[in-house]
Amino acid sequence: MAEETTLLPRPDFTRTVPIDKVGVEERVDRLNKRSIKTESKFWALKLALNMVDLTTLEGMDTPGKVRQMCYKAMHPHPDPDIPAVAAVCVYPNLVRVARETVGDSGVNVASVATGFPSGMYTLESRLEDTRYAVEEGADEIDMVISRWAFLKGEYNRVFDEIAAVKEACGEAHLKVILETGELETYENVRKASDIAMYAGADFIKTSTGKVKPAATQPVTLVMLEAIRDFYYATGKKIGMKPAGGIRDSKTALRYLILVNETLGGDWLNPHLFRFGASSLANDLLMQIIKQQTGNYQSADYFTID
Amino acid sequence: MAKRLDVLKTYKMYTGGKFIRSESGRYFVTENKQGKELANVCRASRKDVRDAVKTARGAWGDWAARSPFNRGQILYRIAEVLEGRKEQFRHELMQYGIQHKKAETEVEATIDRLVYYAGWSDKYGQVFSSVNPVASSHFNFSMPEPTGVVAIVAPDDSPLLGLVSVLAPVITGGNTAVVLSSETYPLPAASFAEVLHSSDVPGGVVNLLTGYRTELLEHLSRHMDVNAMYYTDGDEDAQKMIQEHASLNVKRVVFDHPKDWTSENLEHPYTILDFQEIKTTWHPVGY
Repeated sequence: MAEETTLLPRPDFTRTVPIDKVGVEERVDRLNKRSIKTESKFWALKLALNMVDLTTLEGMDTPGKVRQMCYKAMHPHPDPDIPAVAAVCVYPNLVRVARETVGDSGVNVASVATGFPSGMYTLESRLEDTRYAVEEGADEIDMVISRWAFLKGEYNRVFDEIAAVKEACGEAHLKVILETGELETYENVRKASDIAMYAGADFIKTSTGKVKPAATQPVTLVMLEAIRDFYYATGKKIGMKPAGGIRDSKTALRYLILVNETLGGDWLNPHLFRFGASSLANDLLMQIIKQQTGNYQSADYFTID
Repeated sequence: MAKRLDVLKTYKMYTGGKFIRSESGRYFVTENKQGKELANVCRASRKDVRDAVKTARGAWGDWAARSPFNRGQILYRIAEVLEGRKEQFRHELMQYGIQHKKAETEVEATIDRLVYYAGWSDKYGQVFSSVNPVASSHFNFSMPEPTGVVAIVAPDDSPLLGLVSVLAPVITGGNTAVVLSSETYPLPAASFAEVLHSSDVPGGVVNLLTGYRTELLEHLSRHMDVNAMYYTDGDEDAQKMIQEHASLNVKRVVFDHPKDWTSENLEHPYTILDFQEIKTTWHPVGY
């Protein structure tokens, strides 16, 4: 291709960046003790809501359910001061429904693709999957890497696949799901993050939500540090999306603290940080209303979808 | 030989099947009538109330779905375990200056009350259900279902019998409870948690907090996830406040302030009914 010359110098992925496991976990523990109160908390809760990718990835998703979720994404609460979420995230065959429902409301449509969640398909079908989702109107593509190839040591294969998917995405933003729950070590998480970023990812994402453990704070910290080092090396800002298992506001705020302490305030916006979650949005809403009214809220008074 | 130092028990609160201190780290000192310090007791905070309500909500689905017979068995089990620890509770009541005979009566009445409600557990449903005559071809019937999470402010003056008298009907009916136990005599309630813990009561069904009423009543009554409030102190200002706050989510509010908790007149299934919602079903019938 003509723009080959603009490709970034590719580091040697066979070399491992050592990660201080104890150090990472202690730093997370220490940052978790930060307390955010009153106005800062209110601001952070609204920001977190604005960063949510409202997600439904079930075999039982129907167009009706997706439409309902899109309404919720656009208007999480009757109060106009409460922001919409960043995006809705669905399977490729529901992208068109989502696209038509959110329209030009500002809420993006993200689609998982490339044989989500396992990625155990031929590259050709995975690329086709991606092109289909983009044609249907996806603004963002969440791809999964070939964990089997990564664990086998075929880093170039993983790299090339990501680059090929990036090309298939065209204008759409690419989020690369590392599925950290299957990568075993922090060193692997770091390495997969580097491969994804150098191969053209706009975002790196922890998990599909189908594997336990999903997003954890230490893994997120390792990935944030990879983003920081990538930024120092290339000047490019890559986004981060922890996904799966983030259910309450307290945890969400802890993630925001991690981001702020590792990457700084520039990353505290939905263009560079997202939460992949389904039930988090309601908990954030409940906490926002709690801040406004002073009364602890009940799930009975918030819409389910 | 050196004089032996007494090893004093730390009285903790009980939520979600675990014994916890207040998240705030605060405590207060409980004294007997002569002003002798008996123990340090946890002083619950607003956040402890919030956590306890969350725990109670989490435990509610399973508890409400259990068969009434099973709930009755568990209530009876509490009575059994309490019977085995009569002496301890008598002693704790006597620490506060209650006479031997009176303390013994109170503990025994407590056990009997548990057995009383255990018996009602699989019967109140039939007594309060009805088949209703309607003027259309429907089979129409009504039955009680548990209200949900009930906040109980246990009687201040009767630390064990009073507590059990208000708690038993609530949990018999399939509700889960957040209980603010007696402020003046918190020790028997704290020990009662140990009885609950060893008698098959699932974690989170009964959550016992100790602390100041003036501080916590507001947060209990304002909480949108509390479905009913059971208040037994008879303080009219507090009652007014509870009613105002209860209007936020239309809580059921029950005030009760009997003079004598040992009275057998208090034993009736209507207290169970106070914390039930009546569900009516219209079932079409055709020939």
